[in-house]
Amino acid sequence: MTNLTAPTAATASSPTAEKPLVCLRGVSKVFSNGTTALQDMTMDIRQGEFISLLGPSGCGKSTVLRIIAGLGDPSSGTIEWPTSGHDASGKAHPEISFVFQEPTLMPWATVFNNVWLPLRLKGASKKDAQDQVLEALEMVGLEKFTDAYPRELSGGMKMRVSIARALVTRPKLLLMDEPFAALDEITRFKLNNDLLHLWEKFGWTVIFVTHSVFESVYLSNRIVVMAARPGRVVNDMRVDAPYPREEEFRTSSVYNDYCRDASGALHAAMGANDHL
Amino acid sequence: MTETELKNEPMTAPAKLDEPAPVFAAKDSGIERAAKVLIPLAMLALLIVAWAWYVKAYDVPHYILPSPMRVAQALISDWGTLSGALLITLKITFTALAIALVGGVGIAIIMVQSRWVELALYPYAVILQVTPIIAIAPLILIYAPTTQAALLICAWIVAFFPILSNTTQGLKSTDHNLLNLFEMYGASRWQTLIYLKLPNALPYFLAGLRIAGGLALIAAVVAEFAAGSAGAQSGLAYRLLESQFRLNIPRLFAALILLSVTGVVIFGMTSLISHLLLRKWHESALKREN
Repeated sequence: MTNLTAPTAATASSPTAEKPLVCLRGVSKVFSNGTTALQDMTMDIRQGEFISLLGPSGCGKSTVLRIIAGLGDPSSGTIEWPTSGHDASGKAHPEISFVFQEPTLMPWATVFNNVWLPLRLKGASKKDAQDQVLEALEMVGLEKFTDAYPRELSGGMKMRVSIARALVTRPKLLLMDEPFAALDEITRFKLNNDLLHLWEKFGWTVIFVTHSVFESVYLSNRIVVMAARPGRVVNDMRVDAPYPREEEFRTSSVYNDYCRDASGALHAAMGANDHL
Repeated sequence: MTETELKNEPMTAPAKLDEPAPVFAAKDSGIERAAKVLIPLAMLALLIVAWAWYVKAYDVPHYILPSPMRVAQALISDWGTLSGALLITLKITFTALAIALVGGVGIAIIMVQSRWVELALYPYAVILQVTPIIAIAPLILIYAPTTQAALLICAWIVAFFPILSNTTQGLKSTDHNLLNLFEMYGASRWQTLIYLKLPNALPYFLAGLRIAGGLALIAAVVAEFAAGSAGAQSGLAYRLLESQFRLNIPRLFAALILLSVTGVVIFGMTSLISHLLLRKWHESALKREN
């Protein structure tokens, strides 16, 4: 684990291209019960990319996300943050936010206090944080609900609060773990659109875990297809359709073609021994 | 909201489909509220009338079953003795509850911080709880400096456990994703405790407090029975025993009524505290219209 963040010669001596935001080098994760959740994953994530990790359940896509987020160390391999600040011990401090599949809000706290949380943990008083919190809530269209409790909100609104909480720290990298999987389709489409608009406006890097081919093609400019048992990358494809993508894109033939490709890659990934 | 607005404005206000589910604070209609008070009161009046009638119709001697009037008289004429006893019982009960609250929550927090401490302490907390207090009381009476202190210890032992076990459960059942979130934002142990674990444990703690309140009173009475103490420092339980020895049944009933009322008031207070703290957010305090 000691070499987790040590910059390697390869990344340090590539001045030509813009440095990637995150580099995964041969990252594997074996759980204590012997399951290989992830095997030898190597991937560069460039700044401004909207990457979807697409795959069936058990392919390790959530595991990658958690490892990048710093929740649990990889069993082997390294993760590098070439552009992030490092502290004295050499540990990287990337600016990341995480959106879980569930809204994961504190039920006892108002919408405002939930969004304030990341800043509060860094020592910002309510007064200091107020502008940033209100701005984040405005981004997701919930500025009128500051005093509401999560219990009073619909599923889609709770997820918006969760997104606002992730955005309030102005992260460079947004990690999203099937954030819209539990929502109905109409709400999901709307949140897809809203998320894309925000991404176009602010230009963070997004890694988005999903098991929906259609969602991944609609949102991302790069799809990493993964397979299960053991979890691994089987395909890395680009979606070159231009942004902004709107509802017309959902029904276009380009969209259809990409969906067919991604779907094909996914089916190829799922071998004969995969029983869904 | 039109289609174009939806497209052009980043993250517009939630559309119709995205509206909050209707949630209401527990509130009843006027009739229901009145019924909640009036029906139990009517029932009480009915019972007292039946009681009075039975005593009169069958000529029951007052040392077997006194009439309600005699009990009321005893309550008034013996108020000097009874109120003093009531104060002592209240003092023991609430002091025990207060110490149980501080100790229970404190030890729960320590146990959750360290697995070792939990392994060392929890089995003994359980043993203390499962051994009947009436069986430990004689020993405590020998060891404690005063009878009052012994009663306090007995009431504390009984009230302490529900608070400890509930609070521990609450601290441990924190949402794993929220814990991850705190970890990711570099929260300290202290911050995680104050902003996450303690609020999460609050409903559990309050349920424990409600049980502990009733148990503290019961234990205070039981311990006093075991002590059988006399003198100026006697509580209601002793007055109750004394009345029985002297066949002063009206006074026994009066003491009993005071104990019941005390129990009801403690339950009401803990329920009110629970309601006030949880009404905004917890499932138990919300009413949903179907």
